[in-house]
Amino acid sequence: MENNLKKVDIIFEIDEKQSPLAILEKTVKRPADEIILDLIDSGLKGRGGAGFPTGLKWKFTRNEDSEVKYVICNADEGEPGTFKDREIIDRVPEKIFAGMAICGFVIGAKEGYIYLRGEYNFLLKNLQKKLDEFNAGMKKTGIDFTIYIKSGSGAYVCGEESALFESMEGKRGEPRNKPPYPTVAGYNSKPTVINNVETLVYTTMICHMGPERFKALGTKDSRGSKVFSVSGDTPISGIYELELGMPLNEFVDGFGDGDTKAVQVGGASGHCVPRKKFNDTIIGFEGIPTGGSMMIFNSSRSMYNVLHDYLEFFTEESCGQCTPCRVGCQQLLKGIEAVKRGERPPAYLDDLKKLTATMKIAAKCGLGQSVGNPFNSIIDNFREEIIY
Amino acid sequence: MSKYLVNLKINNMPIAVEEGTTILEAAKKLNFRIPTLCNHPDLTVAGNCRVCVVEVKGARLLAAACATPVSEGMEVLTNSEKVRIARKHIVELLLAEHNADCTKCFKNGHCELQDLSGEYRIGDHVFLDLVKPSSKIQDISSPSIVKDDSKCIRCQRCVRTCTELQGVSALGVVNKGDHQRISTFLNKPLHEVVCTNCGQCINRCPTGALTERNYIEEVWNALYNPSKFVVVQTAPATRIALGEDLGIQVGERVTGKMVAALKKLGFNKVLDTDFTADLTIMEEGTELLTRLKKALVDKDEKVVLPMMTSCSPGWIKFQEHMYPELLDNLSTCKSPQQMFGAVAKTYYADKINIKAQDMIVVSIMPCVAKKFECERPEMRDSGYQDVDYVLTTRELAMMIKQAGIDFDKLEDEHYDSILGESTGAAVIFGATGGVMEAALRTAYEIVTGREVPFTNLNIKPVRGMEGIKEASIKIKSVKPEWSFLEGVELNVAIAHGLANARKLMEKVRSGEASYHFIEIMGCPGGCLGGGGQPIPTSPEIRKKRAEAIYSEDLEMVIRKSHENPEVAEIYREFLGEPLGHKSHDLLHTHYKVRKRY
Ligand SMILES: Cc1cc2nc3c(=O)[nH]c(=O)nc-3n(C[C@H](O)[C@H](O)[C@H](O)COP(=O)(O)O)c2cc1C
Ligand code: SF4
Ligand code: SF4
Ligand code: SF4
Ligand code: SF4
Ligand code: FES
Repeated sequence: MENNLKKVDIIFEIDEKQSPLAILEKTVKRPADEIILDLIDSGLKGRGGAGFPTGLKWKFTRNEDSEVKYVICNADEGEPGTFKDREIIDRVPEKIFAGMAICGFVIGAKEGYIYLRGEYNFLLKNLQKKLDEFNAGMKKTGIDFTIYIKSGSGAYVCGEESALFESMEGKRGEPRNKPPYPTVAGYNSKPTVINNVETLVYTTMICHMGPERFKALGTKDSRGSKVFSVSGDTPISGIYELELGMPLNEFVDGFGDGDTKAVQVGGASGHCVPRKKFNDTIIGFEGIPTGGSMMIFNSSRSMYNVLHDYLEFFTEESCGQCTPCRVGCQQLLKGIEAVKRGERPPAYLDDLKKLTATMKIAAKCGLGQSVGNPFNSIIDNFREEIIY
Repeated sequence: MSKYLVNLKINNMPIAVEEGTTILEAAKKLNFRIPTLCNHPDLTVAGNCRVCVVEVKGARLLAAACATPVSEGMEVLTNSEKVRIARKHIVELLLAEHNADCTKCFKNGHCELQDLSGEYRIGDHVFLDLVKPSSKIQDISSPSIVKDDSKCIRCQRCVRTCTELQGVSALGVVNKGDHQRISTFLNKPLHEVVCTNCGQCINRCPTGALTERNYIEEVWNALYNPSKFVVVQTAPATRIALGEDLGIQVGERVTGKMVAALKKLGFNKVLDTDFTADLTIMEEGTELLTRLKKALVDKDEKVVLPMMTSCSPGWIKFQEHMYPELLDNLSTCKSPQQMFGAVAKTYYADKINIKAQDMIVVSIMPCVAKKFECERPEMRDSGYQDVDYVLTTRELAMMIKQAGIDFDKLEDEHYDSILGESTGAAVIFGATGGVMEAALRTAYEIVTGREVPFTNLNIKPVRGMEGIKEASIKIKSVKPEWSFLEGVELNVAIAHGLANARKLMEKVRSGEASYHFIEIMGCPGGCLGGGGQPIPTSPEIRKKRAEAIYSEDLEMVIRKSHENPEVAEIYREFLGEPLGHKSHDLLHTHYKVRKRY
């Protein structure tokens, strides 16, 4: 990777001098409000997709008056093209645990849960072993916090926070109405912080190194760095921690195979950026945000097939409870098939685009709300490929 | 604790409502109707159909009005351009998945989806048809219920009904995405699962996806068959609700009109289940007193208390599945409908000189479980199926319409005699607590020789819509033959809706409560809220129906079952005495252990 891309080493960095448990011990000696101020100051936003400021999330939950509160680590990583949480869980699990325990200290929770994607059960044995050690370590040092692991149900939608709570409560994984938000009523209807794996590691590291080093990275709206899962037509697919706010053309220069025609930023539910827009696309909250997935397509790819795959995915993975998403996804999928076969005129694509506008504002959860992202960005930029 | 008031604007009109009020409720106060499908006044909020979406100024997303509480300063638009487009899309999407053959549908004219699509005049079929051929295969395994997935809009009202109100969970959501649907355990036919046939899901299904098995054609055929003598019985709760399906307002009693209409339809005799309700009280009251005597005097360990009523066949099937170890607690009395059938095809057939095999007994019931009940193998004590066909209140309304009868204009008529006389005690069988009240009116008087010590016979503590009611009556100054009951505090409990029944059964099973007598009705509100009653239903509607029932009771000349002269006559001429040999053969039954899954 010989270019301008700034590689960062925060997430996977191993500090021989200070273990995550030691970071935790040091941190819980500080006033909780100060930790929150540091997090807010760092500008850290959630790395699970929605990008909510982490410090505020903790603050809101801390302010709730409740005997019982929970910390949940969202390790359901199901977005197609995303595999960075798996790597984090595998390599630096103690940093996740430490982040959860710091959060527990800050908000006043005694229990934390890791909701581990069903397909990642092969990580379970090792993770449980490390967790047992960590729990024991916390006990020894008098930190009143225990972490448990719950195995996921294998549905993509269970990564959506409220569906995740339902699933943890033994119910069908269907997203809830909001409000109430998790900070008020989450798992077991108690105030809950739910954070992505990567977010939690950053909280540990910000507590370790102070907000300054983090803040120095990225842009005004997208502070810090982020772990990317790079896949598709690239000679060097894999996991990379990069500074946020990079222009997409630099990314493509670094990772593409020289023939890149489009990049799908943010997985199936993200946006497809065509070559002509690489130069003025920023990867970050001010441009196109991503939960980490960067899928690179070269000119050999049929964008019809790409879109078709995504729509098939959503048609299957919609929980099915709400009308705009359950039926909408099927209409989009069957709709592009009908246009391809000439059974509907090309202008039908515009009817479908209007439908995605409804899905975006009327679907019950983020799944249905975001199907329009890939749909519109692919239809708008590769219309001929869809029709002919 | 008084709640905060929240100020907001809906369509630019200011309003202040209590904190926690939903946008839907607030809009209603300003007379803005927002369409709904998944929302139901009896159920928890689902927020899944999304037809109620409204625009909240400044918000990125539309809000589901049924699921979104108001907040201070909120500005809501219920009919903005965005809202209209989205709502129309949503209705179109529902229709794309829907087998909309309204003309052939049992719910034609009574369908919330049809109404909504009518309002939006969706004619241009923008989207592709997604109805799966497999969804059109109806589940007709149950004698009570027809399930047609091709008409299901996945609102989950049935699932919430079966779980929240009935505690049965026979229906659930299975699969996800395009394969998501409402199904049973292991996708088994309804007849093979724990479904109690209560029909509460039917009452809350907004479409034709859940309906009763209808027997209208069979009944017409019987009426047109000159070699058949067709008698009809009408359950207590039908007379206070039938009008709702025939353009009459909720809560208006139509007993006389109903009788007139049945005569016009061509039934040979129009008789009353209320008669056998009185008979039930004689049998069940005696059974209770006998059990009490065995327990208190004979110290018989085998005798089981509390005794539980057995008039509600949905409740019976529930108990057979869920608490088979408590089956001996059930009274052995058949339900009034089945007592009627057994008596009609024996005693009555003899009296009017009709051969039992030529007699057809039709029941008009507020219930769909009774359709199942009449087919139970135990219910053939006359030598024939005692009751041939059960029609719901709704089906009767349909027949009346088909016959071109102008119901509203009918002059009141009287039931035929015999088996047509009844008392106020029988009428109140239709409301939760009614059987208990009727039984107490009679039992207390048998034991003490005096009327129950409540003003005007109205035993208020057992009335009302609370899920579980408890009461105690101290028995004092008894007749010499009942001396063992002197000073006994009779503890009774009443539950309606099977979720409440379950709570009560748990108390009984754990020994936490010591009741003598328990009344259970399978449906919320009792039979007046039965699964065969006019749709819609709501707490208000059931309250009005209950008022109608109690006012009917007050107007009856006789208000105690044991004073029904026809009841006295049947004991004199035929049955002998309560719990006698004949009664045992015709009026009592036994129960069956069923699997939980
Ligand atoms: C359909 C759907 C799937 C999601 N899957 C995940 C997931 O696998 N992992 C995750 O961290 N967040 C996922 N999210 C986002 C979560 O709902 C939630 O915003 C996130 O866990 C919050 O953590 P953060 O603030 O640290 O990002 C998903 C959201 C939706 C709508
Ligand atoms: S948007 Fe899709 S996934 Fe989300 S609640 Fe609706 S149907 Fe379920
Ligand atoms: S369920 Fe309603 S909309 Fe559907 S066919 Fe029946 S009447 Fe028509
Ligand atoms: S009839 Fe009653 S028990 Fe059966 S599915 Fe419907 S609500 Fe449940
Ligand atoms: S069967 Fe009826 S109540 Fe149940 S989900 Fe379907 S439409 Fe709704
Ligand atoms: S009525 Fe509000 S979402 Fe269905």
